[in-house]
Amino acid sequence: MLADFFSRAIVAGIGLAAVTGPLGCFVVWRRMAYFGDTMAHSALLGVAISLLLSINITFGVFVVAALVAGALLLLQRQNTLSTDALLGLLSHSSLAVGLVLVGFLTTVRFDLMGLLFGDILAVSVNDIFVIYGGGAAILAVLALNWRPLLAATVSPELAEAEGLNPEVSRIVLMLLMALVIAIAMNLVGVLLITSLLIIPAVTARRLSATPEMMALIAAGLGAMAVVGGLYGSLTWDTASGPSIVVAALMIFLISLAVPTARLFGRRPSHGA
Amino acid sequence: MNMRARGETLITLAKAGHARGGRPLVEGIDLTIARGEIVTLIGPNGSGKSTTAKMATGVLKPTSGTVIRKPGLTIGYVPQKLSIDWTLPLTVERLMTLTGSFSSGAIEAALSAVGALRLLHAAVQELSGGEFQRVLFARAMIRKPDLLVLDEPVQGVDFSGEVALYELVRQIRDTTGAGILMISHDLHVVMAETDTVLCLNGHVCCRGTPSAVKSSPEYLALFGPRAASTLAIYEHHHDHEHHDDGCVVGKGGAHAHRHHEHAGHGHG
Repeated sequence: MLADFFSRAIVAGIGLAAVTGPLGCFVVWRRMAYFGDTMAHSALLGVAISLLLSINITFGVFVVAALVAGALLLLQRQNTLSTDALLGLLSHSSLAVGLVLVGFLTTVRFDLMGLLFGDILAVSVNDIFVIYGGGAAILAVLALNWRPLLAATVSPELAEAEGLNPEVSRIVLMLLMALVIAIAMNLVGVLLITSLLIIPAVTARRLSATPEMMALIAAGLGAMAVVGGLYGSLTWDTASGPSIVVAALMIFLISLAVPTARLFGRRPSHGA
Repeated sequence: MNMRARGETLITLAKAGHARGGRPLVEGIDLTIARGEIVTLIGPNGSGKSTTAKMATGVLKPTSGTVIRKPGLTIGYVPQKLSIDWTLPLTVERLMTLTGSFSSGAIEAALSAVGALRLLHAAVQELSGGEFQRVLFARAMIRKPDLLVLDEPVQGVDFSGEVALYELVRQIRDTTGAGILMISHDLHVVMAETDTVLCLNGHVCCRGTPSAVKSSPEYLALFGPRAASTLAIYEHHHDHEHHDDGCVVGKGGAHAHRHHEHAGHGHG
């Protein structure tokens, strides 16, 4: 089944969606969308550094994304620049430095478009092992830490007072995001990774009554977007990564028209 | 009026203080909280109320002095006005198991105890301020805590809701025997049932029963005439609407102020 490139792409994409769905819920709940974007942009810097040092690219991207996230946390504590400005600073400067460094790598054959927009149709069986291995690790960490992560999201003060550690939760989430970015970069590219985190999660919100339900539905919707996007890209010969994101967007728009969704979470009676 | 059965000591702070970046936030706090006791921390913004509470609960380590907690102490926490993003789908039922897992029977019992069982399947974003506070009380109580920590529990709740919440606190104390540590921004929301009020301003500025603190010169110096005038308003509403409601918000304190502000209008 993994013999042809198209089924490999589908299998890889579904594996990725299973992870970005639940993780993306946290990104949405904690308003970390731009934060995720910043980490993703730093992935290009990670690629350049990995090539310069000739180390494994996935590993290099993970380390650089985690370092950028750490740098942001430290800068936030200084309390001099707003988080918004800091994100803009880190996001675009790491992307720019990455692009400049890539320019120096004249000896390495380098597919810049592939990095920016991904090339899911080029995934190898080996890539699939990385996606499913890494994805399983991410989901396991997420499942094991679900309660503290959720409690810290609802109220850090509350979690802290009742003996949990919201600071650790924050770091765990950042590392998971760095990992998912490192894994997903080849598939959808650094510019579109956050869309796979956010769009399925946002779509799932209207269809869910509990956080767990939202995480599962987001994973399912992400997988639908992958399948739909890939068939679309095959049919109309469009770029695969962006097609998946467009499919996710279309699912979101369709979900807006589903009226029953709004009933979830409504109080059963409106009496005083 | 009611017997204050003093239980075992839950937390002892001795000359405890916390400094950040060399600047002391609070220092020299002596405080014990026992089972069945209500302790209220008051003071202006930045006076170290939260820091003191965090030292008591173990969130912050004291940088000076000592804090001793009963081993295995379970804490239930009712946060200050909690706003939950719409993107997070959360029903009351799910909120109850936020920091621990409980049977549906236990959840229903905890919600009925605060009169909020009918909200079981409601989304938290749709609750009114008073309903949400009740649910948060239930969530804290389902843990069967030794100590209940309330951070400005009546913020954003209207006056009659406030009275009802204090009644609830008293009820919880009486039925569960938990120790209660309350953080409050002004003395007019100090329960008459409070055993000890600690008035903070970087240090313990005065302490005692609500009425003793209220008439102490340190308190008046700290809060000034502004507090006194808000109090007069509350007192009026209180007398008018809740005279025979045994539970009583700011009773002792308000009386003390009437001496200053409205001598002659009389009470008692």
